[in-house]
Amino acid sequence: MTTRYDAIVIGAGHNGLTNAAYLAKGGLDVLVVEKNDYIGGAAVSRELHEGWIYSNCSYVCSLLRQSIHRDLDLTRHGLMIVPYAGTTNFSRNGDYIAEYTDQAMRYREVRRHSLRDADAMVRYETDLMRYAKLIRHFLLRTPADPTSFKPRDLAELVFMGKKFAGMGAEQVYEFIRFMTMSAGDFLDEYFENELVKALFSTSSIIGTALGVYSPGTAYVLLHHVMGDVDGAVGAWGLARGGMGAISNAIAGALREHGGEIRTGAPVQQIIVRNGRAVGVALDNGEEIRADIVVSNLDPKRTFTVIMDRNDIPADLRKKAEHFKIRGSSGKVNIALTGAPDFPSLPAGHPLRHGSFQFLDTMERMERAYDDWKHGRWSEDPFIEMTQSSMWDPTLAAPGHYFVSCFIQYCPAAVQGGWTPAKRDAFGKTVIDQICNYSPNFRDLIAHMEVRTPYEIEHEIGLTEGNIFQGELTIDQLMFNRPFPGYSQYRGPVKGMYLCGSGTHPGGGVSSACGANSAREILRDLRRPNVVPEDDVDE
Amino acid sequence: MSPMVRLRASRDIAHIHRGIMPTPFHSRSSRLNLNQQWSQWNGFASAVYYADPQLEYFATRNTCGVFDTSPMRKYRFAGSDAAAMLDRMVTRDVMAQPVDTVAYNVWCTDTGKVVDDGTLFRLGAEEFMLCCADPGYDWFCLAAVGFDAVAITDISEDLAALALQGPTSCALLKALGFAGIDQCKPFQVMRFPFGSGRLLVSRTGYTGDLGYELWVQPQDAELLWDELFTRGGVYGIQPMGDESLEMARVEAGFLAPDVDFHGSLHTVERGHDHSPLELGLGWILNFRKQHFSGRAALIAQKESGNYRRLLKLDIEGNKPAQHSILYADRKCATEIGYITSALWSPVVKANIAYGLVEAKYFGGQIWAEIYHQKELRWQRKVARCTRVTKPFWAPERAKLTPPPDC
Repeated sequence: MTTRYDAIVIGAGHNGLTNAAYLAKGGLDVLVVEKNDYIGGAAVSRELHEGWIYSNCSYVCSLLRQSIHRDLDLTRHGLMIVPYAGTTNFSRNGDYIAEYTDQAMRYREVRRHSLRDADAMVRYETDLMRYAKLIRHFLLRTPADPTSFKPRDLAELVFMGKKFAGMGAEQVYEFIRFMTMSAGDFLDEYFENELVKALFSTSSIIGTALGVYSPGTAYVLLHHVMGDVDGAVGAWGLARGGMGAISNAIAGALREHGGEIRTGAPVQQIIVRNGRAVGVALDNGEEIRADIVVSNLDPKRTFTVIMDRNDIPADLRKKAEHFKIRGSSGKVNIALTGAPDFPSLPAGHPLRHGSFQFLDTMERMERAYDDWKHGRWSEDPFIEMTQSSMWDPTLAAPGHYFVSCFIQYCPAAVQGGWTPAKRDAFGKTVIDQICNYSPNFRDLIAHMEVRTPYEIEHEIGLTEGNIFQGELTIDQLMFNRPFPGYSQYRGPVKGMYLCGSGTHPGGGVSSACGANSAREILRDLRRPNVVPEDDVDE
Repeated sequence: MSPMVRLRASRDIAHIHRGIMPTPFHSRSSRLNLNQQWSQWNGFASAVYYADPQLEYFATRNTCGVFDTSPMRKYRFAGSDAAAMLDRMVTRDVMAQPVDTVAYNVWCTDTGKVVDDGTLFRLGAEEFMLCCADPGYDWFCLAAVGFDAVAITDISEDLAALALQGPTSCALLKALGFAGIDQCKPFQVMRFPFGSGRLLVSRTGYTGDLGYELWVQPQDAELLWDELFTRGGVYGIQPMGDESLEMARVEAGFLAPDVDFHGSLHTVERGHDHSPLELGLGWILNFRKQHFSGRAALIAQKESGNYRRLLKLDIEGNKPAQHSILYADRKCATEIGYITSALWSPVVKANIAYGLVEAKYFGGQIWAEIYHQKELRWQRKVARCTRVTKPFWAPERAKLTPPPDC
């Protein structure tokens, strides 16, 4: 017996759940199928060691669209985003540079390292904010197809053109240059101090198989500062209860609108008949029918694994195979039995509750990237260490801490393939790096989980463990994301759609991809739109 | 003949040298007030914020925040007539209020206009404490006319107070050794030996979240602060100032005097003061009582239905409607009221406000004319307002006994 729904969404990551929630809100009978026994994809919280809740994939949040949070009433479904502040970047000479939220403290901290750079921050932040505000207009909109003469594409192009032109000719030139630039070159235009540049450079390579001096990384930097927490553009927050709280809240909204979720149900294939999607076949042989099938899997996996090569154009298959979705990062998630000591910071200093990085020059980051090019994990890795439970009392008992370490670089494939021994050696490299700055760190470890791209791919399903479902380079952005001609969320066959981070506006826990995709689906079904269009009221 | 003048030495007179005094916690709070940002509340220094108002606000929703409420005015009413006297003054039933409980109250003029609001603690059969934001001794003496067996004392300076508010507040008090605190019900009072005397704990607050207010003799104030902050680190304790408290109280649906209503005794212009019905306080008017000040006027007003309404509003967009005028139409042709408090609520993710709307219009469309600045340039928008009947923020844990995670 086959069951039937109006729509099936494959993958209960946050975008899949958002997509399904809006389809359900739009009146469709929706089912989400998820291969794992738990929902959330890479926005997940699980008790991986008794007494400690881990956000073991994504760990902080800034891009989540406020209008979606408000529209789906996610607060009522248990979501609270708590702003999170204070990054300290330690240097090998025992000093550090920190980002304070307080404007005056921020200024004085940078001035401690360079008077010129402290003043240059104004220029830097204004330029970056201008670009961020521009991009923010497009997050909850479907990119125009520049080759189309359809009225809506033309209208969208005009909208886009107006926003661009609104910056003024000089700024349009600058922006175009910016989009193709490296973060290193961009920062060199503002700052002189190596430590200052290192501090600002780190977000330019997160999740990206590029170095700070690779063209295109300036945009990746922007991608990490264009989000906001309550209108504070550039700010980051933590989901109370871990990142799974986001997925759980969206799932709550989905269920409230009548949608269903089935876990432990891996999809083997999207079934296509006469050029249209008609349902999915599960690994266990069961078939579920629906006129709409939405894939929240990355584009590569969607078109090379769960769609038959005979059901899609050869050109698309080729594009999917060549889609840039390279694994470059790992995670080490740690349960601590006490607060680690960082001798450079005085006891009780508020920065002790913030996140830590250990990078004093961009040169070191470039060298870390060199290791990746040679198929090795970085010997001197970049680490972003977030002590979530210093802010979130729900993750561990008082005095116990959950620490998330994001590591760059770590290749998807190492020579001879990943083995548990190699994985552990990678983990040791990371702990050694932290212990250079915090001698007692190792003694406090109660449990740790080391994740190379191999584990991320095999548990979450992200090809090569790429956290963005495809790199955020200009050849894969806007109307080119994931591929030219496929940027409006529609697949190659009728009734088939994409809704993951591999689509516009790209990676991060934004819910925007899922929401935009739902809007297109409802449009095709000639149903009224229920998806918020515009997030910008600034 | 010269008049009889007896000169006193200047040093024998308690001169007033400054307008702002330290609270009993000042030695501690001023150390944490990184940028020395203070406002003045009843002549005492009150922190505007300590380090980051946004983070301090979130402490009340995520961990726990500490607000120094010592400048609050506190009055003791004692004697065999105390209950009856207060029963005539305030709007709720004081005679039926159990010992060791707290009740939120208002007191009105005979014309039914609010003089002030506050919390009434019944600490014994014949002993009460009334806490309010502004001084009120003169009014209480007036209200006691005809009652001889009641002694009214201003004990404001005899008690230091901290509000400890947020989801980890109960766990922290428990960790400090206040056994049984998890059994304390909302609006209940408990006592514990502390320092040189005792600590009074009430499960009350101004944030709408799980929370307590701690009342202690001034000589033990620093000890209380130190204990809270020594043990509180792992519970995410944060000192909080006026800015964050203001956000929390609007979300919780609480009123602020001189913000949402103008006390009747301060009001010169006719109609610029408010009845409790207008302020949405109908739920604390106990008309079964034979008499209380303002009762007759309030019954008449209630029956007429013809009175303004202070509404909770959810406003489209994310620009707070501060100082906005309200209209019945998008074109702003018919003016119907004004906003009293407004903010973007970070936890609810909504643009919230209170608006006082004329009787004729509260059921219809409401539009707010909002002005906001963008790089100095003023922008105007007219935003639709939706009425909300419940508090914007009212988590389950605030009502549960024992509270969760405790």
